[in-house]
Order: sequence, then structure tokens, then C-alpha cells
Amino acid sequence: MGSQGGFYQSKEFLDLVKSIGEARSKAEEDRIVLGEIDTLKRRISEPDIPKRKMKEYIIRLVYVEMLGHDASFGYIHAVKMTHDDSLLVKRTGYLAVTLFLNEDHDLIILIVNTIQKDLKSDNYLVVCAALNAVCKLINEETIPAVLPQVVELLAHPKEAVRKKAIMGFHRFYQKSPSSVSHLVSNFRKRLCDNDPGVMGATLCPLFDLITIDVNSYKDLVISFVSILKQVAERRLPKAYDYHQMPAPFIQIKLLKILALLGSGDKQASENMYTVVGDIFRKCDSSSNIGNAVLYECICCVSSIYPNPKLLESAADAISRFLKSDSHNLRYMGIDALGRLIKISPEIAEQHQLAVIDCLEDPDDTLKRKTFELLYKMTKPTNVEVIVDRMIDYMISINDNHYKTEIASRCVELAEQFAPSNQWFIQTMNKVFEHAGDLVNIKVAHNLMRLIAEGFGEDDDTADSQLRSSAVDSYLHILSEPKLPSVFLQVICWVLGEYGTADGKYSASFITGKLCDVAEAYSNDDTVKAYAVTALMKIYAFEITAGRKVDMLPECQSLMEEFLASHSTDLQQRAYELQAVIGLDAHAVESIMPSDASCEDIEVDKALSFLNDYIQDSIEKGAQPYIPESERSGMLNISKFRNQDHHEASSHGLRFEAYELPKQTVQSRIPPASLASTELVPVPEPMYVSESYPTTTVSSASSDAGSTELKLRLDGVQKKWGRQTHSPATSTSSTTSQKTVNGITQVDGSNTSNSRTRETYESRKQQVEITPEKQKLAASLFGGSSKTEKKPATGHKISKSSSYMVEKSHVPKSSMEIASEKKAPIQQPPDLLDFGEPTVQSNAPSVDPFKELEGLLEPTTEVASAKNHSSTAAATKSPDIMGLYTETPAGIHNKDDGDILSGLSNPPGTHMLGGTTRTQVAQSSKGPNLKDSLQKDALVRQMGVTPSSPNPILFKDLLG
Amino acid sequence: MIKAVMVMNTQGKTRLAKFYEYLPVEKQQELIRGVFAVLCSRAENVSNFIDAESIFGPDSRLVYKHFATLYFVFVFDSSENELAVLDLIQVFVETLDRCFKNVCELDVVFNYSKVHTILDEMIFGGQVVETSSSEIMKAVEEISKLEAASNAITLIPKSASGWRSR
Repeated sequence: MGSQGGFYQSKEFLDLVKSIGEARSKAEEDRIVLGEIDTLKRRISEPDIPKRKMKEYIIRLVYVEMLGHDASFGYIHAVKMTHDDSLLVKRTGYLAVTLFLNEDHDLIILIVNTIQKDLKSDNYLVVCAALNAVCKLINEETIPAVLPQVVELLAHPKEAVRKKAIMGFHRFYQKSPSSVSHLVSNFRKRLCDNDPGVMGATLCPLFDLITIDVNSYKDLVISFVSILKQVAERRLPKAYDYHQMPAPFIQIKLLKILALLGSGDKQASENMYTVVGDIFRKCDSSSNIGNAVLYECICCVSSIYPNPKLLESAADAISRFLKSDSHNLRYMGIDALGRLIKISPEIAEQHQLAVIDCLEDPDDTLKRKTFELLYKMTKPTNVEVIVDRMIDYMISINDNHYKTEIASRCVELAEQFAPSNQWFIQTMNKVFEHAGDLVNIKVAHNLMRLIAEGFGEDDDTADSQLRSSAVDSYLHILSEPKLPSVFLQVICWVLGEYGTADGKYSASFITGKLCDVAEAYSNDDTVKAYAVTALMKIYAFEITAGRKVDMLPECQSLMEEFLASHSTDLQQRAYELQAVIGLDAHAVESIMPSDASCEDIEVDKALSFLNDYIQDSIEKGAQPYIPESERSGMLNISKFRNQDHHEASSHGLRFEAYELPKQTVQSRIPPASLASTELVPVPEPMYVSESYPTTTVSSASSDAGSTELKLRLDGVQKKWGRQTHSPATSTSSTTSQKTVNGITQVDGSNTSNSRTRETYESRKQQVEITPEKQKLAASLFGGSSKTEKKPATGHKISKSSSYMVEKSHVPKSSMEIASEKKAPIQQPPDLLDFGEPTVQSNAPSVDPFKELEGLLEPTTEVASAKNHSSTAAATKSPDIMGLYTETPAGIHNKDDGDILSGLSNPPGTHMLGGTTRTQVAQSSKGPNLKDSLQKDALVRQMGVTPSSPNPILFKDLLG
Repeated sequence: MIKAVMVMNTQGKTRLAKFYEYLPVEKQQELIRGVFAVLCSRAENVSNFIDAESIFGPDSRLVYKHFATLYFVFVFDSSENELAVLDLIQVFVETLDRCFKNVCELDVVFNYSKVHTILDEMIFGGQVVETSSSEIMKAVEEISKLEAASNAITLIPKSASGWRSR
């Protein structure tokens, strides 16, 4: 086809592409494509279409589908094309079906037979096309139909076929390991293939197999090592060289495999040390691919049994990565550092400033990678700084996916390493405030529990300090306009439980706030429910304390609203609140003991405390209880009886079967209170204790039943919901919990807590004094080693200053070269102009990595730059293709040659050896220039000039 | 393994899309749009890597390279090396360039099937099978030759009903 080719498609297709290219809106594009679909529908079903036309229609269909429109009407035609004798048509058919269909599509059945036939074809291209379809379209059921042929093809004389057969076979293994497990040894055989391409391809499935089961491939370590050695020693054909590296992709695959095999295996690892060390030495760190191999070496070294010498080389390579100014390399450096840090944690300290630079880089990818690294190296000493940074970043981004991730990481780190309660609560507040709807509800429950339990030490003062600080901060936060629901739930719960505990705030103040919350978030039932329960607690504590309860007017109106609410849950809570307010202090105290949310409830499953009562009732003529198992068929009767019984005991929805009549508290609590325990399980263990005896459920009215249904759902996510479901007894547990509650705990260790806080603050201050980065470095990499960090900074400064010198030096030298080169550059025809915008975006400006390299050897830098120019000049040979192989310098320059190209010849940089090649192509080689001009002329003929609405269409990739 | 290869221009128009795991057309479009949205928001002179988990689900990375008017995007999982994939893009584009001599966006559009052929020689079923540009070229040239030959023989159109009845 060549450059002149490609335009032999019909004018129609050309017009289609053109008009789509010029479409100004998605709607316009859609209209054009729909028109095209209509045309195709009509044409494709005409009889006697020439094959060439048919082929083009199918390509157009593929194109249409790529633009996101349904082309399913044409699938059958694509399937038919695979039956054709003509290779071209057949291949187009296969291409189309692999793009159109999936392995479960109905039409597959029409193809399997063709595939079978084609796999046996004499023409290897037909076989390849069929194998391509095998990869994509064969599912577990159809594997047996083609498996024998594919296995046979593993020994095909053509290496292209062997390669593809291996991949097809690998695909079978991925889809259904069991159906090919007896043939897996074939992969090992192919490893010894004469063709390096086939061997390289075999590494892919072997990598997968070894990932799954390391041990059965340990015997291959020696083979892999010797292959790697041969590759590194350039024993492979020249064709596999890439940017002067011998078969780098194969090296990378092999290193990956070795990393797996050597992991935790000293003996296997020892076999690898030499070759990996060799590669470290040989790798050319100035090319992208060389660095890719280096990176893979680091991964390998950090995975296999540690070897000090290799670790050292790895550390060197990492520092080179991190010092580079290429974002890609720094990214890899950070990643590699994260791997190596597990083995030698001390390495991080050398690179602290580089890490911080990455953290402050505008590049998001790099930033995130750095956060990942920080996450891995978090310790109690640096948790504050790291989490603060993470939260700052979390606030700044919009990407919900990553926000969730970073929020959960913050929470995890905070829970694991929190230096103080206060800090923990502040951190959590921040996380909730900014990512509340994204964090797991469990986190909220953990926070509530932490506030309720304290940090587990017997230190009541500290705990109550913690609580009042939480209350303070929450009251403050409540003034913010829009808070996430989960956070509001926590706030309501804490305010209800501890809002009035320290006497700082009056009940009316807190209840006022709670009412505001319920009103402000009136469409969130869960928050309202939490608010009502919190109100109930506040009032209960007031009553217990013997104060008179004055319900605020707004609160009253709120209650009235809730009493008539559509949400049964809210209704119940409102009724409960009403009921509680009407009780006397003693009763209220047993319902709502203050700060008892964490007390364990002892469950007397046998309900032994009721024995007296039962005895009493039976003596009075009541029916004895018949266990559920024994009363099949009698259900209705017993239910009826139960209801009868309840009606006697109190109003409405009674269903407690066994109650002590004298306990007013219990009898007056509406049974619905069960519900509330599920939603707010923590504060009312009391209710928990009353939960459903089996009979109650059956006798519950529809109302209660529905609530229960709903609440079950809620209960799923509740941390402590489990308790609620267990049938429990009331009185005994209530008292027990009260006594536990009443115990005053040892007081006096509060000093320790305040001390922690002190140090925390002092550290903070000290941190603020020092320059920002040093401070950050110090806090991240061990606040203790203050002495260590200073030399490090000094080092950096000296480095950067010399760097500056170098910088001013390098451009100058390259400028000279540039000026030398100006003339040939100007010559290229106008095509070059189109490419120009590319340049800025692509050429990573003057490659600073190179400069850093030059730092070490400034003279070589210049020399190499000169070298570039001479290469460029030398490449005026007529053979352009030859350039790839014959001018290694040009090739190897590709990325770091920007010194040249960044200044003088921007459009060339993005391609391999671009600088030199483009110039030569355009200035010295006639035919090619003509080609380009012809192409351009043709393009213009088609009616689209670069100045048309969409000139971009015609920009040369290479300029 | 490589999950997807996409080529799109700077305006977000898809020029080539190949997914190595089956995805319905709508999903493909959604992913392409997602990728493009991220690509446009990237500043210049930043890394070529993007964390793609929010678009493609867990364990997915994305490497892109910007050539003139086109973005070349490869999506893959942790079994590949980012820098190496960056060079794989390079190999792909180099091969395109050898094939089309100064490849431009139009070449990719009009030689749709040929671009697919080149890609198929490099990546097969989501695995990298060939990384040598000259080997790929050899294979592609051979295919073109044979196709041309077979095309010459069958230039006389057979009726569609003819092969339908076979």
C-alpha cells in the first residue's frame, strides 16, 4: 500500500470520514452515521454485490460500530465473508467478526465450522486469521472442537503460526484450565523453539502459569537464567534489538518470571544474581527502554531473596530515576522505591527530598503514586503529616473513585497509628466532612464506638475530655451548610449521647441544634431518625438528673410532624420520645442510662427470671407455653391467644409475651422501640434486651411487621446490630449494665494523655519554624533524625546549584549545534508546518534527565550532543529505512535527543530517531518528499484543506 | 495482559479501538469517552501514565502517547511494565510509519483494516507476540502481497447468491 495507498477506498467512504471529521456536534455526527447505516442496510442486502464492494461495506460497518452505533444488521454478512475463498475477503471477514461478536453470540455456531476448516488450510495466512478468531470467539463449550488442530499447529513450520497457536492455546487455558490441563507441557516445549519470537511469545503463558503455581516450574529457573544470559549477551538476531538494547521486551518478561520464581527461594535466587547483576551493568539508562529493563531488574531484586550487592545497584538505579526530570522515570522511581522499601527501609531517607518534590508535582499520576508510597511507609512518627497531606489532596480532587480510596486509606492509617484521640477525631471529622458520602458506614460506627469507649485505657478524664472536644467540634461543624449524611448521623449520635454530659451546654441549646439538623436535612430520614433519638436521650438525661424538661416550640412542632410521618420508623421514634418524656426519673434512668452505649448485655436465653411470673400465671389458669416445634397447625390459635393476652396488659401493639406487670418502664415502652435499637443500636442496650421472642413476631401487627422488615435491612450494615437479633431478657441485664455503668474507673493516668498531646503540639511548632520542605522531610522520614536531614538538604542545594550551572551550559552547546543544523531544517515542505503544534505537547522540552546525566560528566554531554549533529548529518544517505538500523545514535537519541530537537527541530522528536530521519526524509530524499506532497495534494483534492474547519485531520504524524 | 488499544484524535474522535475482552458497544463508547476526558485534562510535560482504575476497574493502568493529532492509548494490567508499554506504542507507531511512509491521521482512518493487521501481528489475544518492528513489517508485507495476489484472481465478482448457496 505504502504512502500512496490507502486512498483506494471509494469516494463515499472518504466523504463519510470527511463529513464526520467536520461534524461540529455529536448530534450532527450521529445524523451522518445514521444516514450511513441506512445506506449500508440497503446496499448490503442487494443481490450480486461485487466482493470488493462487500468488503468495503463491512469495513464501513466496523467503522460505524467503532463510533458507537449498532451495526448488528450486518453481522451475518461478516460471518458469510469468512466462508469466502479469497484471502483478502476472508481476512476482512475474520477481522469484522472478531470485532463484532463475542464468544457467546448466536452466530458463533456458524463460524466454528469455518474455523475448523481454516485451521487446516495450506495457506498460513488463512490459519493465522482463523487463530485470531479462535482467540476471540471460542468459548469453553467450543474449545474441544478446535483444540486438536490448535495443538497440532504448535509445531507448524511457520513461526508466525506457532506464535499465534501458542496464544490461542493460552487463551484456552485462561478460559477453561481443566480442558487443556493435560497439554500444558506444550508451553515448556515451545520455550526451546528455534525462533526467538516464538520463545518470547511462550513467556506470556508461562508467566501466567507460574503466577498460579510457582513450585512446579522451579526446575525452569536454570533455563530462564540461561535464556536471559544469552539475550543480554546479544545472541539473538539483530532484528530483536530495540534502541540498541538486545530484545528488551523479552528481557523484561524473563525478569518478571524470575522475580516470581525467586521470591522467597534462596537457592533459586542465587542462580539469578549473576545475570541480574550483569543486566544492571549493561543497561543503557539513557533510553526509555533501557530504563524499563532497569526498573524490571529492581522489581526482580526486591522480590527475590535479598542480595546486598544487587540491592545496592537497585538503590543506585532508583536514585537515578528519582533525580531525573522525566515524570515517567520519577513515577517508576517512586514505584520502585515502594518495592525496595520493604527490604531496606533506610533507603527512603536518602530520597526524602525527591519524594517530596514528587508529592508537590502538578502531575496527578505522580502525586498519587507518591501517596501510595507514603501509605506504605507510614509509621506512628509520621502519620500526622502523611494523613494531613492526604486529606489536603483529597479535598482538592473531584474524582470520586480516587477520593473514596484515599479517604479509606486516611481512615485506615488514622485508626492504626493515631497518636492521640483528639487528633483521630479531628482527622475523622475532616474525612467525613469532605468525603462523607464516600466512606464506608463502618467507619462511622467505629468512630462512634471510639468516642464512646475511649482508647481502652482506664482513664475516664481523658475519655470525657475526648468526648467534650468531640461535642465542641461537632457543634462548630454544624454551622457548615451541607454535610454528608453519614457524618450527620455521627454528629447526632454524639450530641445525643454526650452533648450535655459535661454541663457546658444546656439541654435546650443542644436540642435546638438537633432540631435544626432535622429541619435542614428534612429529606434524609436516617438523619432525622438519629436526631429524634438524640433528642430522646437528651430529655431522658434531663429527667434523670431531676431537671424539668421544657420542650422547645420548634421541637414540639417537629415531633408533631414526625408523629404523622410516612416513615414508620420516624413515627415510632417520635412516639417513644413522647412516652419517655411522660415517665418519672427512675423509670427513665433504667431505660436510658447515661453513657451506657458500650456496656455488654448479658443475655439470659432461658428467660429464667420469668419463671415466677409464669408459675403465677399458670396457677391463675393460663395456658402453658407450647414450643413452636410442637404446635404446627395450632399457630393461629396461639397467635390469637397471644393477642388477647397483650390487649389485657396495655394498649395497641402489645406483643411481649412475658412481662413483669410491676415493671412500669417496660410495659409503657411501645413495642416499636425494638425498631429504634436496630437503627441506633449503640445507645440503648436496654431495648436490645427486649427483642423478639419468637412468638412476638408472629403476632405483630402489619405496622410493626413492616418496620421490622425495613429495619432488618438497616441492621445489615450496623456494627452492633447483631445483638439486637438475639432473643434477650430484660430486667436482669438492665441492672447488671447499670452497675457496670456506675463503676467509676481509675482516675489519674490522664497525665499521660495530655503529655502526648503536648509533644504533638511542640512537634507541630518546631515543624513550622523550619523551611517547609525540610520540615516535611523530617516529619515524613523520621522526626528523630534531625541531624540527618540537614546534610541531606545541603547535598540537594549543592546538587541543584551545579545543576543550574549545567543547565546554562547545556543549552548553549546545543544551541550551537542547532544553528549548524538550521539550514536543512528550514527546507522541509509545508507539511512540516502542520505538525508544529504537536511539538510543544510532545517534546518534553530539554530533557533534564540528560542534563542530570551530564552533571556527572559535563564533557561527554557536549560530546554526545555533537555526536547527534554528526549523526544527523551523516544520515543523508538515501536509504531511510536503513536509518533505523544503520544510525544507532539517531535511534538511541529518540527521547534524550531533545536537546537538539527541542531547540531546532520540534516536529521530529516523537518518533524514533525522529530528528534526523524527518529531516533527511524531507530534505534529501526526493521520492519521499514527492510522496508527501502527493498525499497532501490528494488531500486537498478531496476538498479538505488544512484551513478547513477541521485541519487537524490532515496533520502529519511526523510533521 | 493488554486490555485495550485505542487511537483517538485530539478532538476525541475514535480512530481505532480494539478491546481484548469482549465489551458491548455502549460500554466501549463509555470507556473511550472516559479515557478522552482524562487525556484532555492532562497538562503538558507530565508523565505518560494514568491510573485507570476509575475507568477500567481494579488492576488497570493506562499509558498514552501523543503524536501530532493522535493519542495512542494502551490499557493493561499489572503484568506489564509501564515504560515497556510506552515503547510498545513506539514500536506500533514506528511500524505504522514504515508502512505508510510518514503516517498521518488519515492513513489510520483509511487503512483501517491494515492498521488492524499490524496490531494483530503485535498483540494477539491480549498478549504481546512480537516487538520487533522489522519482523512485523515483514509479516504485514507478506500478507499484503498474498492478499493482492488472491485478490487478482478473484477480481471477477462472484454473485453473492452464488456463495450463499454453497
